[in-house]
Amino acid sequence: MGTDSMPAPQGIETGLDRTPAASRTGTYLELIHSWIVTVDHKRLGILYICYALVFLLVAGAEALLIRIQLFYPDNHFVSPYTYNRLFTMHGTTMVFLVGMPILFGFGNYLVPLMIGARDMAFPRLNAFSFWISAFAGLLLYYSFIGGVGLYGTGSAPDVAWFAYAPLTERAFSPGHAVDYWAVAILASGIGSIGTAINIIATVFCMRCRGMTLSRIPLLGWLYATVSFLVLVAVSPLTAAQAMLLIDRYLGGHFFDTQMGGSAILWAHFFWIFGHPEVYVLVLPAFAFANEIIPVFSRKAIFGYPAMVAASVGIGFISLGVWAHHMFTIGMTSFGNAFFTLSTMLVSIPTGIKTFNWLATLWGGKIRFATPMLFSIAFLFQWVIAGLTGIMLSVSAWNWQLHNSYFVVAHFHYVLVGAIVFMIFAAIYYWYPKMTGRMLDERLGKWHFWLMVIGFHVTFDVMHFPGLLGMPRQIFTYEPDRGWTLLNQIVSVGGFIQGIAVLILVYNLVHSYFRGVEAGPDPWDAWTLEWSTTSPPPAYNFVVDPVVASRRPLWDLKHPEDPDSAFE
Amino acid sequence: MRVIIFRRWIAAAALLLVCACANAAPSSTSIFSNKTTPAHELNDLSIFVLGITGLIYVGVSGLLLYAIVKFRARKGDTTEPPQVFGSMQIELSWTIIPILIIVILFLTTARVLFSVQDAQKPANALDVVVVGHQFWWEFRYPQYNIATANELHVPLSSKAAPRPTFMKLTSADVMHSFWVPQLNGKTDLLPNRVNEMWIDPQQAGLFVGQCAQFCGPEHARMLLRVYVDTPEQFKAWVASQQKTQPELSELPGGAQGSANETAPNVGNQGGVVQAATNKVPPNSPTTRGNVAGLGESQEISARTGQYVFEHEACISCHTVSGTVATGRYGPDLTHLMSRETIASGAAPNTKDKLLEWVGDPNQIKPGCLMPAMHLSDRQNEQITAYLLTLK
Repeated sequence: MGTDSMPAPQGIETGLDRTPAASRTGTYLELIHSWIVTVDHKRLGILYICYALVFLLVAGAEALLIRIQLFYPDNHFVSPYTYNRLFTMHGTTMVFLVGMPILFGFGNYLVPLMIGARDMAFPRLNAFSFWISAFAGLLLYYSFIGGVGLYGTGSAPDVAWFAYAPLTERAFSPGHAVDYWAVAILASGIGSIGTAINIIATVFCMRCRGMTLSRIPLLGWLYATVSFLVLVAVSPLTAAQAMLLIDRYLGGHFFDTQMGGSAILWAHFFWIFGHPEVYVLVLPAFAFANEIIPVFSRKAIFGYPAMVAASVGIGFISLGVWAHHMFTIGMTSFGNAFFTLSTMLVSIPTGIKTFNWLATLWGGKIRFATPMLFSIAFLFQWVIAGLTGIMLSVSAWNWQLHNSYFVVAHFHYVLVGAIVFMIFAAIYYWYPKMTGRMLDERLGKWHFWLMVIGFHVTFDVMHFPGLLGMPRQIFTYEPDRGWTLLNQIVSVGGFIQGIAVLILVYNLVHSYFRGVEAGPDPWDAWTLEWSTTSPPPAYNFVVDPVVASRRPLWDLKHPEDPDSAFE
Repeated sequence: MRVIIFRRWIAAAALLLVCACANAAPSSTSIFSNKTTPAHELNDLSIFVLGITGLIYVGVSGLLLYAIVKFRARKGDTTEPPQVFGSMQIELSWTIIPILIIVILFLTTARVLFSVQDAQKPANALDVVVVGHQFWWEFRYPQYNIATANELHVPLSSKAAPRPTFMKLTSADVMHSFWVPQLNGKTDLLPNRVNEMWIDPQQAGLFVGQCAQFCGPEHARMLLRVYVDTPEQFKAWVASQQKTQPELSELPGGAQGSANETAPNVGNQGGVVQAATNKVPPNSPTTRGNVAGLGESQEISARTGQYVFEHEACISCHTVSGTVATGRYGPDLTHLMSRETIASGAAPNTKDKLLEWVGDPNQIKPGCLMPAMHLSDRQNEQITAYLLTLK
């Protein structure tokens, strides 16, 4: 087993393992073998995160190519075909090969540690889920070589990430690019469903003694909610991909409008997945905020029960809002009104969460380490993302905003301003746990400030071409529309973000070898993962932990004022 | 803290930029419009929502900013702050207040939504059928029996004499979306389905927009032009569009004239024409053309152009009403020269651009579905000469 080469034995004796490099003993072949056959949730978590970071660089490069093309009107940097492939692959990659894997990676790594378990409920299923997701990524990118068949030049999918029918039917998309897209998403969906089952089983069956439902760290609750959403939302997507493949190869007519199929049916299927998917991505970001903000404010999270209720509430409501992506598709006025109201309702639990974070800051003693800087930027950006979301839910106004760059700016505010910022916060916060070494704070500050500047230059400005009538997914635009300067500013901002991400990558590598040793608990935090060594041994805890409150380490550090006295 | 200051600075600068850009643009596609009835109502709603969300933003981010500055850790202070776990009253208040705001937003939205979407169609409304194609727009006026493409003409509607345009939208292939921001929000065009939208423009002039639903390689250049004409202009436009085009070879004196100008054919299409004449029935254009000797003609004129037009594959896709050209796959060319642009707005409608387009459409619009017909330069010029007469 892969655990053979882990540094666990030293860890038992000393209680602290300060030699992260020890896992690199043995030949390189043994090292690689041990990572491939591993069923350790921590190693799989790290694999997920590394895999996602690689695709983050790939999809980021695609975004920068898009921005170069849009720098001038009537630009010929790439052909329309290439451009369409770039934004299709950028979107698909960022959602399925970056967002989902990195969040599942952190979930894999953190959930067992935080609930005091020794591994996930189903370690082998866990490994299977990762490898099938990894396979999906390779399959999708193989389409660049094999998309139109072995003897053609390759072609990646070019049907946009929501792949509206009937553009994906064989009449309009001959070749195999769409097949690669459909099969890759099918495969990654199977991996996601496997991980979701695993996390649910882990959170509800593997908790340590004393950890009642009301003592699960909020991250555990959020990941359980996310996993239920994945089960409910990814299944229809997987079904829809199967239907699309039946259409393309077995003579089905689900979405084949020429034979009486329905284009709207695909849109419903896709967004029944697609909107909960937004929450699948954003709830883990909330989960990180729930852990990081209290620690750096030095206060317990404000209103734990309300936070749990709001998280579950968001998950529940998010299943009933999907058609707000379809206000222009020709629903009845009653249908539009229903989805307006249901969408607006999401803002209530989301508002509760935001105000509870604010209340957690209130009266605290806030420390501005890099994880907290990213979390604070997240709070401000999340407020804007939420408010533009309310604007988009106003269906009558949505007729104007839909499919414009305003929408692109809005969802990048969610996906980058909230989710990517919290992923960066999580990396800075938990990297010491994963590697035993701190990330460099000075590089971290550079990363943070360049990211903030780049983000706002890009995505604040991006709202405005949308308000001026610029639709999304266009490879070029007319010079007389007044969009040129705005697009140029957006492009510059994109490159600033690119530099910021490269600094992060350098920091990750540099600190792995040269970073300051972290020790088990560098942030003076309160949840169980900080009670074991950094990195933790394969079995996580020498002795099964027993907890008496939501913050077991607070109780240990403050015996005079334990939380357990108040619960 | 500096984050926020910086962001506000950026936001303010961006707003200024937008104003500058919007004013500089000769053809505005800004969604903030007061010129037509539905767009105007959407505009008012959007300002209202912007106001409310703006207030929320200022409130919440102000509190956040205050908390971050006020409650920052002071140097040397290592003590922990008092631990507070929650407060039912405060949490209830920030649950109930958002609910009230949402009730207001929803009711306001619903009023505009129902009034725009469920508006009654007046008896004198103009009907237009819009059919989306990869990558152009087909417009049909069933009340006038007119078909045109890419440039929609509608009458001006005034308070005194309202005449809205009610459109039925569908698609011939994949999904598209009709969006002219100054006139109304967008409505999708779906194959196998008819959607409806209406506009009620109260200002004459040109309004531009484009397809807003990704539909394939040339989605970006599926541009839209809507001309709002005064009632008199619109009447004149309808009358001119209702005219048909003649078969030039059948005009009196036409055959005579062309026979004199016919030169021996040195091109490569003579044989094709010869072969074709053997098969076609006596009444076909080929026969007529052959009688006139136009197939071998070097002459660059509308008549020779029409001959080539009707003998190459052009008429499989294009209609020139009054002639044998009755194809429906591509844009109707009956009054091509009444339009200011070709290729769905991708190029101006000039002789040079027509020549380039007929020669190889993919030069102008890579990915468009009109193939290069591999015409000789002469045939290309002949066809263009013909097209230039389609006024």
